[in-house]
Amino acid sequence: MSVLVNKDTKILVQGITGSQGSLHTKACKEYCDTQIVAGVTPGKGGMEHDGTPVFNTVKDAVTATSANCSMIFVPPPFCADAILEAIDAEIELVVAITEGVPVVDMVTVASALKGSKTRLIGPNCPGIITPGECKIGIMPGFIHKQGAVGVVSRSGTLTYEAVDQLTKVGLGQTTCIGIGGDPINGTNFIDTLQLFQDDAATKAIVMIGEIGGTAEEEAAEFAQQYVTKPIVSFISGRTAPPGRRMGHAGAIVSGGQGTAAGKIKALQKAGIYVSPTPAAIGDTMIEALK
Amino acid sequence: MKIHEFQAKNIVSRYGVAVPKGLIAKTVAEALDAAKKLEKEVCVVKAQIHAGGRGKGGGVKVSKGLEAVKTNASDILGMQLITKQTGPAGQKVKTLLIEEGMDIKSELYFSVLIDRATQQVVLLASTEGGMDIEEVAEKTPEKILKETINPTIGLRPYQAQRLAFGLKLEQYGPKMIRQAASFFMGLYTAFIQEDCSLLEINPVVITGDDRILALDCKMGFDSNALFRHADTLKLRDLDEEDPAEVEASKHDLNFIKLDGSIGCMVNGAGLAMATMDIIQHYGSFPANFLDVGGTADTKRVEEAFKLITKDENVKCIFVNIFGGIVQCDIIAQGVVTAYKQVDVQVPVVIRLQGTNADKAEDIIANSGLGERVIMVKAFADAAQKAVEISKS
Repeated sequence: MSVLVNKDTKILVQGITGSQGSLHTKACKEYCDTQIVAGVTPGKGGMEHDGTPVFNTVKDAVTATSANCSMIFVPPPFCADAILEAIDAEIELVVAITEGVPVVDMVTVASALKGSKTRLIGPNCPGIITPGECKIGIMPGFIHKQGAVGVVSRSGTLTYEAVDQLTKVGLGQTTCIGIGGDPINGTNFIDTLQLFQDDAATKAIVMIGEIGGTAEEEAAEFAQQYVTKPIVSFISGRTAPPGRRMGHAGAIVSGGQGTAAGKIKALQKAGIYVSPTPAAIGDTMIEALK
Repeated sequence: MKIHEFQAKNIVSRYGVAVPKGLIAKTVAEALDAAKKLEKEVCVVKAQIHAGGRGKGGGVKVSKGLEAVKTNASDILGMQLITKQTGPAGQKVKTLLIEEGMDIKSELYFSVLIDRATQQVVLLASTEGGMDIEEVAEKTPEKILKETINPTIGLRPYQAQRLAFGLKLEQYGPKMIRQAASFFMGLYTAFIQEDCSLLEINPVVITGDDRILALDCKMGFDSNALFRHADTLKLRDLDEEDPAEVEASKHDLNFIKLDGSIGCMVNGAGLAMATMDIIQHYGSFPANFLDVGGTADTKRVEEAFKLITKDENVKCIFVNIFGGIVQCDIIAQGVVTAYKQVDVQVPVVIRLQGTNADKAEDIIANSGLGERVIMVKAFADAAQKAVEISKS
């Protein structure tokens, strides 16, 4: 069992012929035979790229291959348009890896997502992986292991760190989801907590947050009411100076809002285990499962 | 990216938003000239730095008569202006805005921003102009009016008018509601067209002759959207930024200077922040935030070392790379080469995770750098080692 993606997920890649798209598509295909069924690059329809058929539009690709998921590597100026095209083609799941999408563009995308048939993960994220079944994104596949922990995170490499620790203490994962580091994203913590709560195979959850916004506080409130499975969390940015953007566009403490201290307090109040350091996430999960 | 008040006022005035008449001065003589040209009895001398809180820091002076303009301009020009946003060192004032004094009947607050919770643009307005809006939000939230904008519809006149009525602006005459609504719409359009991250007017003023004006103007831009705003990029003032951060941005490195003693070099923003946190957890403090990005090749590591070692407080450098698909031996070789090239004088603790970690260990052991470059496999152990060195 898993959430959102599994071995039957059929993926098309928007921006497959670019350098990043090309490189990571190859790595995805090599991971447990992930089904990459099509690529989309306007103007290159009819060609083949590393054995994958390329189409001019998302609709053409869906008609020909029945793809139900899109992975996006389109550069930032055109990324919002690529997401909108996938929504228009009624793709069920869109995973936008691209970093640097203007926030005003994302306001439009967020509005288009409402009432649509599409769920968006990202942008500015590592993607989603169900260990042993399929990998949609840029994460290193080999650190993952099949198991019972659901992982959700706003970060990239810090997620790999957490997954690596889980695997090393013998805890595999159902599905790992990077929701991205931008201020406006498609899927949030609450959405994923709900998915993991409803997934019978997921026995525990790791939630990695960071400074900026109030998504962790809202997730804590939701978890207290609706999530019965143990949750281990880590919040990065305790030492971050206020008013500065810490790499991720969304990682900023402004007007006293979005501090690590405030988030940790909210999480603890909701009965969530908070790992004291980024190196103790695996051990904290062992504790939580006792 | 931030810009100065006078630059922001130039931009919003292009969208039909009224601002006081004003001129820029870089010397006392220019300030006097500006005051003469304005032909007003009262002028305001305003320091142009990026930080807020200028008035309280003594950087804004109402000046009656040319003599007062001269005195205030010479006082403010060249001063280290300290505000709650500059830090204790303050920021040197190099430019003044000389503005006509206004006859002020009322001060209001107005801003446009991205609301992360609703994922929409919101307008905020309040009768509590000139105040710290966060304080108003905390103590008297009922005094903050809010309009949420549907992006496909945009700001509609009824919404702008609703704000104007909410602020009780009809008391300033029959034409004020329409005037204020068009003022708000101009600011919303500027926010969208210019790809702002924040547009704040504090205060908005109603003058004695019933006009609505932006007395101050703070504008921040979405860095992700600068590719479509070449004109905005020209407004960047490097004097207002930390020199090390300016240097870092030239090499596409994400760098923020801090005041601890452990220099950090990490791949990924989340792990970079987490690395800073673990350093503090074990009792020291980071000297910087630095995300070298996915491709930590020799060239980038060299630039990063150069940046970190410019800071004399740095006693130790902690390199934390979660390679994943990247090969550790290649990164280790890059670090060793860069260490020698840059002639780093402080020890480096390096923690690499990913493929070929054993090979990487051999490379470090055989580098001839001995105790100066130490590889530690576990994250927590590596952090503790760095802290230990920084304190010895």
